[in-house]
Amino acid sequence: MIKAVMVMNTQGKPRLAKFFDYLPVEKQQELIRRVFGVLCSRPENVSNFIEAELVRLQDSRLVYNHFATLYFVVVFDSSENELAMLDLIQLLGQQTLERCFKNVCELDIVFNYSKIHTILDEIILGGQVLETRSTEIMRAVEEISKLEAATNAISFIPKSASSWLSR
Amino acid sequence: MKEYIIRLVYVEMLGHDASFGYIHAVKMIHDDSLLVKRTGYLAVTLFLNEDHDLIILIVNTIQKDLKSDNYLVVCAALNAVCKLINEETIPAVLPQIVELLAHPKEAVRKKAIMALHRFYQKSPSSVSHLVSNFRKRLCDNDPGVMGATLCPLFDLITNDVNSYKDLVISFVSILKQVAERRLPKAYDYHQMPAPFIQIKLLKILALLGSSDKQASENMYTVVGDIFRKCDSSSNIGNAVLYECICCVSSIYPNHKLLVSAADAISRFLKSDSHNLKYMGIDALGRLIKISPEIAEQHQLAVIDCLEDPDDTLKRKTFELLYKMTKSTNVEVIVDRMIDYMNSINDNHYKTEIASRCVELAEQFAPSNQWFIQTMNKVFEHAGDLVNIKVAHNLMRLIAEGFGEDDDTADSQLRSSAVESYLHILGEPKLPSVFLQVICWVLGEYGTADGKYSASYITGKLCDVAEAYSNDETVKAYAVTALMKIYAFEIAAGRKVDMLPECHSLMEEFLASHSTDLQQRAYELQAVIGLDAHAVESILPSDASCEDIEVDKALSFLNDYIQESIEKGAQPYIPESERTGMLNISNFRNQDHHEASSHGLRFEAYELPKQTVQARIPPASLASTELVPVPEAMYPRESYQTTTVPSVSSDAASTELKLRLDGVQKRWGRQTHFPSTSTSNSTSLKTVNGITQVDGSNTANSRTRETYDSRKQVEISPEKQKLAASLFGGPSKTEKKSATGHKSSKPSSHMVKSHAPKSSMEVASEKTSVQQPPDLLDFGEPTVRSTAPSLDPFKDLEGLLEPTTQVSSAVNHSSTAAVTKSPDIMGLYTETTAGAHHKDSDILSGLSKPPMTNMVGGTTTMQVAQSSKGPNLKDSLEKDALVRQIGVTPSSQNPNLFKDILG
Repeated sequence: MIKAVMVMNTQGKPRLAKFFDYLPVEKQQELIRRVFGVLCSRPENVSNFIEAELVRLQDSRLVYNHFATLYFVVVFDSSENELAMLDLIQLLGQQTLERCFKNVCELDIVFNYSKIHTILDEIILGGQVLETRSTEIMRAVEEISKLEAATNAISFIPKSASSWLSR
Repeated sequence: MKEYIIRLVYVEMLGHDASFGYIHAVKMIHDDSLLVKRTGYLAVTLFLNEDHDLIILIVNTIQKDLKSDNYLVVCAALNAVCKLINEETIPAVLPQIVELLAHPKEAVRKKAIMALHRFYQKSPSSVSHLVSNFRKRLCDNDPGVMGATLCPLFDLITNDVNSYKDLVISFVSILKQVAERRLPKAYDYHQMPAPFIQIKLLKILALLGSSDKQASENMYTVVGDIFRKCDSSSNIGNAVLYECICCVSSIYPNHKLLVSAADAISRFLKSDSHNLKYMGIDALGRLIKISPEIAEQHQLAVIDCLEDPDDTLKRKTFELLYKMTKSTNVEVIVDRMIDYMNSINDNHYKTEIASRCVELAEQFAPSNQWFIQTMNKVFEHAGDLVNIKVAHNLMRLIAEGFGEDDDTADSQLRSSAVESYLHILGEPKLPSVFLQVICWVLGEYGTADGKYSASYITGKLCDVAEAYSNDETVKAYAVTALMKIYAFEIAAGRKVDMLPECHSLMEEFLASHSTDLQQRAYELQAVIGLDAHAVESILPSDASCEDIEVDKALSFLNDYIQESIEKGAQPYIPESERTGMLNISNFRNQDHHEASSHGLRFEAYELPKQTVQARIPPASLASTELVPVPEAMYPRESYQTTTVPSVSSDAASTELKLRLDGVQKRWGRQTHFPSTSTSNSTSLKTVNGITQVDGSNTANSRTRETYDSRKQVEISPEKQKLAASLFGGPSKTEKKSATGHKSSKPSSHMVKSHAPKSSMEVASEKTSVQQPPDLLDFGEPTVRSTAPSLDPFKDLEGLLEPTTQVSSAVNHSSTAAVTKSPDIMGLYTETTAGAHHKDSDILSGLSKPPMTNMVGGTTTMQVAQSSKGPNLKDSLEKDALVRQIGVTPSSQNPNLFKDILG
């Protein structure tokens, strides 16, 4: 199963962290720091896989990918396929977020924190990959926003960072 | 509010405490507004864990929301269920979730299945009756729901393959449909039909088909199809391919599929992408278990991966090499590993690589020379990280040779080892463990082949001791090695000239703060003072592998104790029985009271009996004779007597307790170990006798009942340790002999218990197990005490004791006590302390007789080999010795040497 999904920027600031196995807050922070320590020491053009021994985790592996100023990291155990996880990151990072925000950037994630979580909840549930069709994910997310908007009359979710800033 | 909660989640993600806001998140989930409710659910799933106190406030809301008409509310509640419901609250929501399995919305059905899967992970028994539901959902109209069902089924099948064999056909047909693109176009991903479902299915098939020919045959066609159809240009296509290889390597082997798998692997390995190379190496590691020959085609690719700058890839490759190692390629692989080991800084991984090197070297070593060289390298570079056992193994290997009855080969091996070590010693900064090995080997075999002179070796050893002056273990090894070399020299009849630096070193050690070092230095002094014959019996050359029998229960003392109890002695009282206040200060002031103690002697006189069983009979026997004995003979007894008046002489019982406490304090815990077992056995046996003979022993009957329980407590941790070392030890030996590299001698150290009648026997027989051979072999290079022809203890005794005859009963038993006690010591340190201590302990046993005599200072040394009839004084001395030997000379009790050495 998937144990955690993390998004952090190239300075090591976490931008999104979702743990599917419970970890105390301090442990989460420690893990994020360790992962970043390993990530920034890796040279260019090497594989996207890391043995989790490096971050002191039992029976787990790490796959990461790098988009713009963000690292996307997935931590999972031996019952998942590494290449498939790499594709999951692609799916999340490139396809879905691109569709949502057009030219996704760090600020989009900061300002649309709950929306990102909604998307992640659609893709991964209880540590298992649930949905891999990005159209389907988008549809679900939009449906949710629409319904939410209907119940609240005013949408609190800005469409993107730019619209947030322009207010 | 909603915005605030989201900020709070963000704040907590950044690592700050946000627990003050948890309750607001809980409040939000009760809200009617969907937006607020969803935000509340999001926040609680991120804030809380399943055992949090606030969960109880959430369960009711979840129950309500699961029944909601709005499927989005239901979805939000299901999300929370996955994260927050614990084992106790599962029954509260389970019925609703089972109902949701038939919900018209597919998204809800999917999430309900995942929730059930989560329940299964948390508590398999809670949903065991619902397993059929998973099977039903497998036939769901919606492929998404079917795909979700595969997750729990995968877990179920992992735990119990056999009850799902009937599903093989359905899985195969599903996979076939997926591969033939029968699913809606929406499931395509990078032109691959539903790759995640394919991967999951292949994983399940791999489980079901493993070593099941019939099931596997059903899969061959579809797996072959996928191999053909897979698009290896996209990432996800390769993921499916990789999963196919895993499946092929797991199911019953099929030649055609193996060929396609090998093709796929070679494509992976030839690719430029590091990801694919990594997967290729991993897949190769799986496949070589079935067909080892395919590795050869990819040799070059594997070597390329070794040179790669990518660390992950390198490690994976070493893992593969570790699996591939055979006796033909072991040299290359281990060399590579050592090179790599030198280049990394991560201690954790370095340790792992080092232990793998050692393991491979032990299993496949082509020659002994190579083995020693390799071990040297490993020690040199990662010495402090290697398990100490490896060092013991190496020492044993050098000592025992390689099992073949070829003495010349063995001695060649040893001299080559000595030579290489002398060479290595020149290098600065060696790890401690390695130095210990070097010192031991040099001490044992440094002069054996006559190539190097004793003074050369001792000079080297002195250099080691000086260069590593802050490592006491190394120094101790060096001193012992020096002692051995001098002993061999003396035994060979050569004159020994101590090097000046050795002299200065000894002087330094004699005043060392470490009692261990001090002890060894004194032993060295004592050994040098002896003549050739005595030395040879103490330290015979090349005898480190001989076995030593240890009588753990001290049964040889039984008669003696029986006798003394009949004479009115009090049985031993275990440590735990002796409660009461501690009077350390009394012992500090002992010296002041000594002068006044003479007057009180009679009153305190009986008391030493209780301390240690073994000392009693002489006292009772010679109740009148004892008084005139010079005080210096009994440093300890006089202490004890003096304490009594200073404490309180009201009741005899308190006196007893106080005094014993003091003794315990002075001698440390271990003092009582040997004597505990002895007197336990006898006191149980003769309890009735005591009360008849000695009326004053009322305290005994009080404490007697607890003996049994006490003994149990004492034995069990020991047993556990022995069992642990037993399971550790033999497996090593087996491995070695199995590979034919070296058949280790049956170095068994049976701990026999000879306590026939006592109930102690039952317990101790359980403990009579094989000692871990490596520890004992190396710990006691000098003791051959039970070898029948040479009994160094007896010889020593003969050398040092006066020849006066005395009543034979006492004599007999006390002699036995002396000769056996070092063994006992060895045994106890073996189980309690590290092996390196033992060397000194046993030697201390050996060298104690002369020392005690020095203290006594009353008798002239008469060398008379044949006679072994110590007089009463001697027997008393020996009794004291028995007790002394019970003490591990460690830094905890520095007073020890004050007593012995004046």
